[in-house]
Amino acid sequence: MATLELQNIRKSYTPNVVPVKDISLTAAEGEFLTLLGPSGCGKSTILRLIAGLELPTSGKVLMNGRNVSHLAPGDRNIAMVFQSYALYPHMSVFENIASGLKLRKISTAEIKQRVNEVVQILGLQELLHRKPSQLSGGQRQRVAVARALVRQPDIFLLDEPLSNLDALLREQVRAELKQLFAKQRAPIVYVTHDQTEAMTLSTKVAVLHQGILQQLDSPQKIYSHPANQFVAGFIGSPQMNFLTVPCQRNNALVGKTLIPLPKSFNQASEQIILGIRPEDIRIAQSDEQATIQGQVFLIENLGMHNLISLKLETQYQEALVVRALLPTASHYRESERLSLVFPSRAFHWFDVQTGDGVRDIGHSEIDER
Amino acid sequence: MLVIGFCLAPGLWQLLTSFKFNADISAIPNIYLPTRLTGVHYVELFARRPFLSYMFNSFLVSILSTVLALGLGAPAAYALARLRLPGEGAILTAILIITLFPYILLFLGLLEIVQALKLGNNYLALIIPYTAINLPLTILVMRSFFQQLPRDLEDAAKVDGYKTWQTLTQIVLPLTTPALVTTGILAFIFAWNEYIFALSFITREDLKTIPVAAAQLGGTAAFEIPYGPIAAATVVGTLPLVLLVLFFQRRIVQGLTAGAIKG
Repeated sequence: MATLELQNIRKSYTPNVVPVKDISLTAAEGEFLTLLGPSGCGKSTILRLIAGLELPTSGKVLMNGRNVSHLAPGDRNIAMVFQSYALYPHMSVFENIASGLKLRKISTAEIKQRVNEVVQILGLQELLHRKPSQLSGGQRQRVAVARALVRQPDIFLLDEPLSNLDALLREQVRAELKQLFAKQRAPIVYVTHDQTEAMTLSTKVAVLHQGILQQLDSPQKIYSHPANQFVAGFIGSPQMNFLTVPCQRNNALVGKTLIPLPKSFNQASEQIILGIRPEDIRIAQSDEQATIQGQVFLIENLGMHNLISLKLETQYQEALVVRALLPTASHYRESERLSLVFPSRAFHWFDVQTGDGVRDIGHSEIDER
Repeated sequence: MLVIGFCLAPGLWQLLTSFKFNADISAIPNIYLPTRLTGVHYVELFARRPFLSYMFNSFLVSILSTVLALGLGAPAAYALARLRLPGEGAILTAILIITLFPYILLFLGLLEIVQALKLGNNYLALIIPYTAINLPLTILVMRSFFQQLPRDLEDAAKVDGYKTWQTLTQIVLPLTTPALVTTGILAFIFAWNEYIFALSFITREDLKTIPVAAAQLGGTAAFEIPYGPIAAATVVGTLPLVLLVLFFQRRIVQGLTAGAIKG
């Protein structure tokens, strides 16, 4: 049924301001696609291009295989939830939800029925006659979602719909949204800079940086197999450790320990970046080999875990700093020396020059679905 | 208090004068607070002269020119606020310069035009210049209001399927009611009080507006100045404005509170 396809979309305002550079994406029926990236990466612009609020400089927007690149937003049968909700302040909640239907000349009886259905789902029955200014932030957010749902559009577009809610409410609404949109068949395109939202809600995540698509994959894949250093650093909190380490033949020297390099790695290079997530690092058991020694210099208690920053002992001048997420059960002191294990399965290798991921061919073949 | 008294004193003096008997008006020493009141000047005003017709003329000319100024100015302001127009800066500068132009200087030119188009003794001779003079201010004020409206609202309207004109009339204008009322009142007051154009372009008695009529009230003899009727005419001429502002003041406040988008 409903599909969305972007073909080589490019948007430039001036030759130097190009928020979107050659993006191709698809979202099929039942898919929840999240556009994730830091501010200024072009994610909102892409959403506005899909909506038709901006026109692409080149490239095509296809909906159900039909080129809609030059249709007005109102003719594309899309529904959008805005960051500021953009409720019409002078209309009641009912009028706000019904406005899109009224313009499409749908009979009053059907409008009533459809609004009632949506209102039931979102628990807005009591508020139908209020004005937006008489609603709380969470209620306004629900009205904005209701206005989109009632349209039964071909595609849902959501532009950071949770960013105006306070932290506690955000988590609750996030769960509600997930349940709500799981029942929708139309594809959903969701824009956010919050990786938790992206990981929890989506079936597919597109990580964007400087108008370029970095990786398009399932949330699990994005986390476990980041395509490059940017994706690896952007996803996951606390951030992944990046250690620029020297290469010696087929090994990388981390601290005083030699770690075998991936087979596909270009041997000519003298350095490589090793990425390892803080949550993958653990304390070595007494009988374990290949441990890495480090000295604690900062302990941050996060409640469930301690985030511990260590300086690794190296054979060369530059100090390597690693952050490890360790259970709070054991107690640590500053300037204590610890033996750590970096499990080889948790290694992410990146090229020093390009930041692209260096895959161990043997491994990745097994990991492919 | 002193400032308020200073501002209100002339108006109050006129109000009191309009209710005094002729003997009390010319009495020396001055009678500030009359002990006897009379409505004779008001009766005289409406009985001896077609004052109702003057008021009607003033209303007609003021309302039409106000509506025209808003009807033409609001869409223009919307376009200037939202569309990326070539030469937008130049247009705005031109509009600003026009507002700085003393309108008396337009008078001679307008007189020529009125003569050429044979618009003398026609309501249009007043309505058109009043509209034109009020337009720049309307455009500037409305434009700044439009710019304050969140763009998301109009985007939401587009996604909902509103056409540009529908967006303007159904979403944007209802939200800018306070601005419309404010500029409308300013335009109305200007048109209501305008004297020179009304004096020169209209000579027929039944088309005259209140300011002209009030100024032309004469006594029975050349040296008699009919203070009482003049004061009464002033009050009659000012009262509608006061009522208008008081009435719309509530709307302005209402509009401001209803316009809130985020809490």
